[in-house]
Amino acid sequence: MAAPVIELRGLARTYPGPPPVPALRPADLVIEAGGYVAVTGPSGSGKSTLLHLLGLLDSPTAGSYLLDGLDTSTLNDRDRSALRGRRIGFVFQAFHLLPYRTALENVQLAELYNQTPRGNRIQAAVDALEAVGLGHRMEALPTTLSGGECQRVAIARALVNRPSLLLCDEPTGNLDSQNAAALMELLDELNATGFTIVVITHDQAVASHARRAIAISDGVLSERIEVDHG
Amino acid sequence: MGRSTTGLLPPRLTMRDATAEAVAGIVQRPGRAILTMLGTVLGVGAFVGVLGLTATGAGQISHQFTVLQDTTVTVEDNGPANNVAPPGANPAIGFPADADTIASHINGVSAAGVWWPVSLPEGTNFTSSLALSATASQTVNLLAASAGAVKAMGLSMVAGSPLTSYENDTSQHVAMIDTTTAAAIGISAARLPSHPAVFVNGIAYTVTGIYSSAQRVVTSESAMLIPEKTALADYGNPQPGIGNQDEAQMVAATRIGAAQAVARQIAVAELPSDPSRLVVTSPPNPQNLQSEVTGDLAGLFLILALISLLIGAVGIANTTLVAVLERTEEIGLRRAVGARPRHIAAQFLAESTALGTLGGLIGTCIGVGIVVIFAAAKDWTAVLNPIYTLPAPLIGSVVGLLAGSYPALRASRTSPLAALRHA
Repeated sequence: MAAPVIELRGLARTYPGPPPVPALRPADLVIEAGGYVAVTGPSGSGKSTLLHLLGLLDSPTAGSYLLDGLDTSTLNDRDRSALRGRRIGFVFQAFHLLPYRTALENVQLAELYNQTPRGNRIQAAVDALEAVGLGHRMEALPTTLSGGECQRVAIARALVNRPSLLLCDEPTGNLDSQNAAALMELLDELNATGFTIVVITHDQAVASHARRAIAISDGVLSERIEVDHG
Repeated sequence: MGRSTTGLLPPRLTMRDATAEAVAGIVQRPGRAILTMLGTVLGVGAFVGVLGLTATGAGQISHQFTVLQDTTVTVEDNGPANNVAPPGANPAIGFPADADTIASHINGVSAAGVWWPVSLPEGTNFTSSLALSATASQTVNLLAASAGAVKAMGLSMVAGSPLTSYENDTSQHVAMIDTTTAAAIGISAARLPSHPAVFVNGIAYTVTGIYSSAQRVVTSESAMLIPEKTALADYGNPQPGIGNQDEAQMVAATRIGAAQAVARQIAVAELPSDPSRLVVTSPPNPQNLQSEVTGDLAGLFLILALISLLIGAVGIANTTLVAVLERTEEIGLRRAVGARPRHIAAQFLAESTALGTLGGLIGTCIGVGIVVIFAAAKDWTAVLNPIYTLPAPLIGSVVGLLAGSYPALRASRTSPLAALRHA
C-alpha cells in the first residue's frame, strides 16, 4: 500500500457562534498516494469546510491533519503557505483566472511565491499547458477561451508545481456536459500518471469517475461504496 | 531563509516579482491608472513648477541686478548747512583734499575718487586746433575727475594712459577723451605721441589718453576728463546741492558684496565733522529682493501643491481600495497558490507606490516643461534647482506608499475562503 498523502485524525471544524456551528464533526480519513476520491454531499453539508481544511486555507478547531506525513496543525502561517504553494494544486468551479493575463501568465502565477527560479517558470508553465492539451493557446487571454479551455488552464496552473494533492472543487460546475466529460477524462488521465486527486462535487456523474467515494452529510463523513474506475 | 520543518522553501515574493505584478496590475486598466494619478501629477507638477518659476524669477532679478550695480557706491555733495562762500561764488567742495586716499582705506573699496561735471557756457567749442572752427561741441561733457575717480570709472584705454595723481596735484592741463570725441575732433590714437591738444574755449588740454568704454559714470556719453584741481583752477568750485547736475560726487568701486558695508561707512570717513552733508547711494540688497519674490507667491502656490498632493493621495487610496474589493477573488487565488498576507499587502503597496511614482514623474516633467516654456516666452533663463527637481518624483512615491497602506492592510486581511467560495 502506498504512503498516505492525507491522514485526518479526528479533524473537526466548528465555526464560532453564537450559536457555534459544527461544520465538520471529528473525522478520520486516509487517502493514499495516487488515490482518486470523490466527496459528495448536498449543499451545506460541510463539503467546502472539508475542502478548505484539506487545502490549508482554514485551520481545524480539533484533531490533526497530516499532509505527506507532516502534521499541519503545528505549522505556522509561513509553512502552511509554503505547503499550499508547493504540495497542493487547486481547481475551482469558477476557474479564478486573472482576466488580463494570458494562459501562460496565469499558469506562472502558481510559481510566483514558491521560489521557483524565474528562468524555470516559463518552461514549467509551457509543459503544464501542453499536458492539458492547450499548447496552442498559451498566449490567449481567458476572455477568448471557452469554459472548457479555461478550466484546463486552471488545471495546468494546479499541476505546474507537481503537487502531492490535486483538490478540485466542483470542477465541472460551470461547464456543459460535453466539456465536463472531457475534463473528467483529463482528471482520469492525470490520476493515471500518479496524481492524487480529491474531487468535491454534488454531481454523481463526476463522482462516478473516482475510485473511492466519500459522502458528507451534516458535517459527518461516511465511506460509500468502492467504485470501479472507468 | 532556511528550510523549515516542512522541508520546503518559505513562500517569497521578490522585489522584482512584486514590481512586475504591480506594473501588470496598472497597465490592465490604463484609463483608471491615469485618472488615479491625476492628483499626484497636479501636486508634484505644481510643486516643481512653483519652485522652478520662483527660482527663475529670482534668477532674472539677480541677472538684471548686475555685478556692476552691486559694486558701485555713489556719494553726492549736498552742500554746507549754511552757505559760507562769498556772494557769487560756490562753497568749497564737501570732500576733503585727500578724499581718494580716505575712501581707499575703507575695507572693500577697490577704487574711489571725486568728480563733477564742469558747467560750461552755451556754445562751448571743443577743437583740436585753434585754426579749425568746425568741431564737436554740445555733445561733449567736460568732467573734472581725480585719479581715483578715473580708476573707479573702469575705463577701457585705447591709447595713452589714465590721468595720474601727479597731474592732478600739479594742476596740469591734460585730458582724457573718449573715442567718439577723438574721432569728431580729428585726434587718432596714432597721433597721441605727438601730444595733440583739445582747446576748450581757447584753453588747451594735452590729450594723454583715449578710452573706448567705461563701467561707471561715463558709460553712455561722450566725455572729456580733466584733473579736478585743474578744473578748480580753470572753472572754480562746482555748485553743491543734490539735483544741481554739477555737484561734486564721489564714485567708489567696491568688491562684490561690499557695497552695503562701504555705503554705511563712507560718509563718516570722508567728512567726520558733517557726515550728513554727503548723501550716499548704494544698490539695494539683492537678497532682500529675492526673498520678497520668493516669499509672496511661492508660499501660496506651495500650499496649493500640498492640497493637490493630498487630493492625489485620497484618489490613490480610494482607487486602490476599490481595486482591493474588486479583486478579492484574485487575492484568494494568490493565497491559494502560496502567497502570505504580507505578499498580498506588498503587491497592492507596490501598485499604489508605482502609481504615485509614475504620477510624480509625469508631474515633474510637466512642472519642468511649464518653467522652461514660461522662461522661453519671457526670454529668461530657466532656473531649476536639481536638489528639489530630481527627487520630486519621490514625492509621488511617498504619496502612493502612504495612500496604499490602508488598502494593502485590508487586502492582506481578506479571507481566502470568502474570496474563493463564490464567483
